[in-house]
This record gives sequence, structure tokens and C-alpha cells, in this order.
Amino acid sequence: MVGLEVSDDAAVWKISDDVAVIQTLDFFPPVVDDPYDYGAIAAANAMSDIYAMGGEVVLALNILGFPSDLEPEIVAEILRGGAEKVAEAGGVLAGGHTVDDREPKYGLSVMGLVHPDHVLTKANAQVGDVLVLTKALGAGIITTALKGGAADPAHVARAVESMKRLNRQAAQFLQQVGAHACTDITGFALLGHAHEMAEKSKVRLQVRVDRLPFLDGAVEYAEQWLFPAGTCRNEQAYRCGIEFAASVSEEMQQLLFTPETSGGLLASVPPERVQTLLTLFADAQAPCWVVGEVADGAGIQVL
Amino acid sequence: MKDEPKTVDARGLACPEPVIMTRKALQQADEVLTIVDNPTSQHNVTRMAEKAGYMVQVEQRGDGIYLHIAKGHAAQEPVPAPTAAPQQVLPTVGPLVLVVASEFMGHGEHTELGEVLIRSFFHTLGEIDPLPTTIILFNSGVKLVAEGSPVVEDLQALCARGVEVLACGTCLGYYDLKDKVAVGQVSNMYSIAETMFRAGKVVHL
Repeated sequence: MVGLEVSDDAAVWKISDDVAVIQTLDFFPPVVDDPYDYGAIAAANAMSDIYAMGGEVVLALNILGFPSDLEPEIVAEILRGGAEKVAEAGGVLAGGHTVDDREPKYGLSVMGLVHPDHVLTKANAQVGDVLVLTKALGAGIITTALKGGAADPAHVARAVESMKRLNRQAAQFLQQVGAHACTDITGFALLGHAHEMAEKSKVRLQVRVDRLPFLDGAVEYAEQWLFPAGTCRNEQAYRCGIEFAASVSEEMQQLLFTPETSGGLLASVPPERVQTLLTLFADAQAPCWVVGEVADGAGIQVL
Repeated sequence: MKDEPKTVDARGLACPEPVIMTRKALQQADEVLTIVDNPTSQHNVTRMAEKAGYMVQVEQRGDGIYLHIAKGHAAQEPVPAPTAAPQQVLPTVGPLVLVVASEFMGHGEHTELGEVLIRSFFHTLGEIDPLPTTIILFNSGVKLVAEGSPVVEDLQALCARGVEVLACGTCLGYYDLKDKVAVGQVSNMYSIAETMFRAGKVVHL
């Protein structure tokens, strides 16, 4: 149903009229100091692709690389972080594979299930829809500042909490109201992932900077220009077709091109169902922000 | 402090390391020389320093990009007076900007030739190294980014290779093309002027 030719968050294979399999994998080097948190974040990030397609996690396999001199307790903590996250997602962790590697790497290969009629892709955003985002932005620049020894521990703690949070409930709510399109915000940053949604759906996305939620510290680090190299790569890859209002500062533009880790879901929701959706999130005390709308045309307008 | 500028060798390092190292050095010395080896690091270090109130002079050398960072007023002292000996011409550094002010190339008596030339120019541009960092289009030049322009595909290909394409918004409005932009970003005079003044070299077509 969804393969390389349509490039979405994960591959989808329909096996019967009621069941389609979603398959994905993701892994990366440590983003935070604490091995347990790292494992949990990497697992939440890997499973996020299943949620971005509107599915539920069933089975996961560990992908692990580490240097032979790394203390076994640290490896155990990484795996514990991942395993507990998979359990929280209602999935089964069924083994995995380990290789010797100079820099540690951890992630999951994940299988999920979805009803074939309810697959959420990037390709169905409709003109008039409202754009919602389910996590604050800025985890990427905060972990970059952390690596550079320039981050406030309080900012890091909030970013870690955000990155560890599963997108499961958010995906369930989006399914409940019949969202038209959905993707998760990770390495290509808000603008890269939004760009893909605009392109696949053949619409223009209008993103309102004054509505965008940011983690504490993110804007501060952007003002100090602590962008990772990935920001520039994303900017080069996606800046065509993105139009910034004159009021959007250069730092803000760069921040919106900065890779995120285990970010939230960006979804395109029919306008008449937005209030229901916001009520679902509010009742669950989970965050959800209206950040823009879908218009006729192409590309992205950042206002 | 009147010591030698503190040197930060950030070659081989990816962002944000060069920025963080330079920031730390600036806390210890009034003048810092940061050496980087890629345009991203150059840009990020320069923007960080400028935002913090420093002046940055760029010097391109064979073994790296040397960024001389000093407080605004201090930077004026060491600059040699313009009368001093034969002037040393610094090699061009900074972005290459192409300015296109007309939908035609050149001003001959027939516009057909100008159209053939502009088509050929943008077709050839993709094979030239280095590519411009930014292409600015204004006046009737903005017609080139609109639907139906003979060079849209070439511009899209350049855009996909990372070339920034800025079309003057006022001009698009004048020709009633705002809804027909097929490539690039609609830009304003502030960005256009800033891009030209920040350029290492501006080429007018």
C-alpha cells in the first residue's frame, strides 16, 4: 500500500481486508547522557513511525551497537529503557541483534498493525484543514547545546521528558476524529516534514510562528546560534518552496529547519472536528496545538 | 587585554562545535581567530559573533577559512590606511550572487535573441562550477520564475541543488504573477539588498 515510490513514514503491507502490516526501523547514537533515557528515547522515536501511520505497535527487535570496552551496566540500562518503552506501547520485544561499533547506537525495528482503511499518510491533507502539532519543538537544538556543554540541565530534563513520550495516544485521538494526513517530526525538522506533506498532498501549508510551541531554552539556544550541521542540510534540501514572512527572524527560520528527535505528530484535521480533537487532548491532559492551516497551492508559507 | 588574538582551530569539526569553541574563546580574549573548513561553520560562527556585537573579517586561505573576530571599535584600529602601499586584494569570499533584472539577456534590437540567450544561459548554468549561492530576480526578470517561463525547469533543477532563488515580490505584484510563481521564494527588498551586500561577488546578467 505504501512503499518507496510514495515515501512515507513507514512501509505498509495489506495482508487482508482488515489488517495491514506497518514496518519501520530507526536507530541513532546517544542524544543524552543517561543510558536509560537514551534507550527510551530511541525506542519512542523508532515506534513513532508506526503511530504516524495511524497504527499500533505489535513487535519490536533491538538494534544495538557498542564498543567492547563499554561497561555492561550501561548497555543493560540502554536496553532496559528501550524494553520498558516497548512494554508501555503494548508491544512485545522479541530479541534483536548487536554489533561491535566505536560509537554506541541503539534503536528498534518495529512491526505494527493498522486497518487498511485507516492508514494515515502524508498524502491526504485537504484545503481548509487545520494543522495540529502534538509536541513542542526544540528537542534537537537542546540536545545539540547539551553536547556542546552549553545547555541548562532544567531545559534538558524537559526535552528528555518530551522525547520519551510516546505518540501513541496522540495517534489514537487523531484516528478517532478522522485526521486526513499525519507525519511525525524528526530529522527533517518541522519544515522538512511539513514540506513533504504539502508535496504529497498537493496543497500549501500555512504555518503560524506565533502559534508554534517551543520547549524552554530552544529559542535561547537558537539566538546563540547553536545549530547542528543538520540544520543547514535541511535548509538546503527544503528551502525551495518555503516562503517566510519578513517578520520571521533568521534564527527562527533556522530553528524550524533544525532536526528534532522523537518529535510530535503533525496532522491535517478537518476543521469541523478540531474542537472535538482538542477536547480529547485536554481531557487526557495531553498537549496539542493548532499551528496553521491548509490552503490551495504548493509549498509552505511561514507567517 | 592586549594579547595576541586567541586562535580556535575548528577545522574538521561539525557545527555547533566551532560556534561553542569560539564563544568560549571570546569569554577569555577580546580578539579571536577561528579557523573553519566549511561554509556552514563560517556562517554560523559569523552570525553568532555578529549577534554578540563583534565584527568579523573573513580571509580565505588555502588551508581554511580564517575568521578574524574582534569588538566593533577594535576592528577599526588594525585596518591599514587606504594610502598604505599597493593595496593587497583579498580573494573573493562569501556567497556568489547572480542578479537577473530582465526577462531577456542583453539589450539588442530584437527581443527574440534576448529570449534565446536567457534560455541558453540558464540551461548552461547547471553545468558551471561554482553554482551561484543565490539568484535574485527583479523587474521583468521575475517573469522567469512564473508558470510558462521557458527556464522554470532549469531554475527548479538549480533550486533542487541548493541554489536559493529569490524573486522580488513587488515586481511579481506589478506583473500580476504572485499566484503563478513556479519556483523559488517571493522575497522583499530588505532581503534582496541584504543578500547583495553580504555577497562575496555579485554578477549582473
